[in-house]
Amino acid sequence: MTDLSATALEPEVAPRSTAEERWRALQTVSRGDAVYRLVLTVFALFLPLLLLAIAGDLVVGAWPAIAKFGPSFLVRSIWDPVNDQFGALPLIVGTLYSSFVALLIAVPLSLGTAIFLTEFAPRWLRTPVATMVELLAAVPSVIYGLWGIFVLIPLLRDHLWPIARPVLGHLPLFSGVFYGPSVLAAGVILAIMILPYIAAVSREILLAVPAAQREAGLALGGTRWETVWRVILPYGRAGIIGAVVLGLGRALGETMAVTMVIGNRHEVALSLLQPGYTIASAIANEFAEATSGVHRGTLFLIGLVLFLITVLVNALARFLVWRVARGSSVGSTAL
Amino acid sequence: MTPRRVLRTVVGSLMTGATYGTALLAILPLAAILAMLIVKGAGSLNWDFFVKSAVPLGESGGGFAHAIVGTLIIVALACAVGLPVGVATGIFLAEFGGGRIGFGIRFVADILNGIPSIVIGVFAWSWVVRPMGHFSAVAGGFALAVILVPIVARTTEEMVRLVPNSLREAALALGYPRWRTSLQVVLRTAAAGIVTGCLVAVARVAGETAPLLFTALGNDFFSTRLLAPMAALPLQIYRYAEGPYDDWHRQAWAGALVLILLVLALSLVARAVVRGRRQHA
Repeated sequence: MTDLSATALEPEVAPRSTAEERWRALQTVSRGDAVYRLVLTVFALFLPLLLLAIAGDLVVGAWPAIAKFGPSFLVRSIWDPVNDQFGALPLIVGTLYSSFVALLIAVPLSLGTAIFLTEFAPRWLRTPVATMVELLAAVPSVIYGLWGIFVLIPLLRDHLWPIARPVLGHLPLFSGVFYGPSVLAAGVILAIMILPYIAAVSREILLAVPAAQREAGLALGGTRWETVWRVILPYGRAGIIGAVVLGLGRALGETMAVTMVIGNRHEVALSLLQPGYTIASAIANEFAEATSGVHRGTLFLIGLVLFLITVLVNALARFLVWRVARGSSVGSTAL
Repeated sequence: MTPRRVLRTVVGSLMTGATYGTALLAILPLAAILAMLIVKGAGSLNWDFFVKSAVPLGESGGGFAHAIVGTLIIVALACAVGLPVGVATGIFLAEFGGGRIGFGIRFVADILNGIPSIVIGVFAWSWVVRPMGHFSAVAGGFALAVILVPIVARTTEEMVRLVPNSLREAALALGYPRWRTSLQVVLRTAAAGIVTGCLVAVARVAGETAPLLFTALGNDFFSTRLLAPMAALPLQIYRYAEGPYDDWHRQAWAGALVLILLVLALSLVARAVVRGRRQHA
């Protein structure tokens, strides 16, 4: 012990260097660091520039339509490319409606899955099930659309609807003849597509709940379910809402699968069985063929509306998720 | 046991059972989709599918060679632009991202990540297609690169953060400046993770259709010209699925099977590597 401290205290016999030399050496080091940092910062600043460029581009592109229609664009239902008259109401309603249906289906399923994966599943089952759910997010949109056209729609129309019709057929929500492509089909497809996002983020939120909370709940005599329902879920509430909002953001902007199954009709329909239209689908279908400046401007304008909605929704979701899992990167991989 | 206690236990068991049910329902679509792809797609996969391009309407046969090559070219273009920017941004976020700028850029990356891909397509159209005057593979690659950057940035950040601080400290204690510590020690340690993160991102953009609709446009002929419209696997699947011919539908399923095998293989490999690294870290 004494030996060790003695050697440690022995003054180093280093080659003498002047203060000026040492200062210069330090400066070269920090100059290298400064260059490195600068280069990385320049790359990183691409991202805000990109966001600004996208926003600016949409505003500029939409200008002919903004100038012509003004705010009434958002509440009119006309869509007449021949006479250059446009209104986005059916598109906005269709986008919100199909996403709402999707959330209605996906939220219980994904929350149940997240709870299952963190609380109830046997340990050996957790990784495989989590991986399978996450792989759903890797399936390309166009494949969901293909599956929707040839499997889901026939299933809904020919097998499920004949059974449900006697019960639900008289409701306005299910009125009209069911040909297949519909808000319902789009909602179901969207639900399958956003389920992995909501499940993955809520699972991370539930995992971030401190073990002490769980133990306290059980120690108070709660059953395992009561602990989940009354302790763990309330603790992660903000984050779980954030996960749901993230899923909503995905659903609002989803294009291909929806375009392939929703029927693409410019009308506001209440019935789930009728075709609808969404903002993203309208852009996908009409952009390449839009010839008049106003038509194209209109498509830019609904693109701008979609952009603003998704930016707001995602910012809100980020905020909520951060509140629970501050500083960690929870949810970033699921994006 | 009091009746109330019994009730609570029963409710608990029922709800536990319900979560089993929801998990089952959640993985059912994956199984259903994969099964359909194999049932409907495998039969139409043959040699011609991989070496021939689309045939004129009315003729049967033909294949997806042009679309497969097109996807590879467009994705390669996207990687050439998107990966360096994304990786550099990710390193910035992990190494210097503690302050206000880092917070802001992280936030912007998440916002960019949430922008619908169709909107990115519109953006690419007006920045590349309109100035050039025609649709092109380059425009498609540009659109995919924009989607790639924020995903790669966030996964890279996560991977670099996994490198233990003791490694950084050891290098600094040896007299390395920060930039050499970062490049030669931290990044070398995180390299495998960064590569797999890039693979996941590439797998995701490879399946994108919407941003290519009015950038790369699609092409029924074999083409490797970067400044001309080019076919892509997802575009071809979309066109054939929407078309009225049975032969097209068969080929769409086969194309979808090829696409999903490509995407799932990339994601599974990446996942395995990342999981292994996380356990070591």
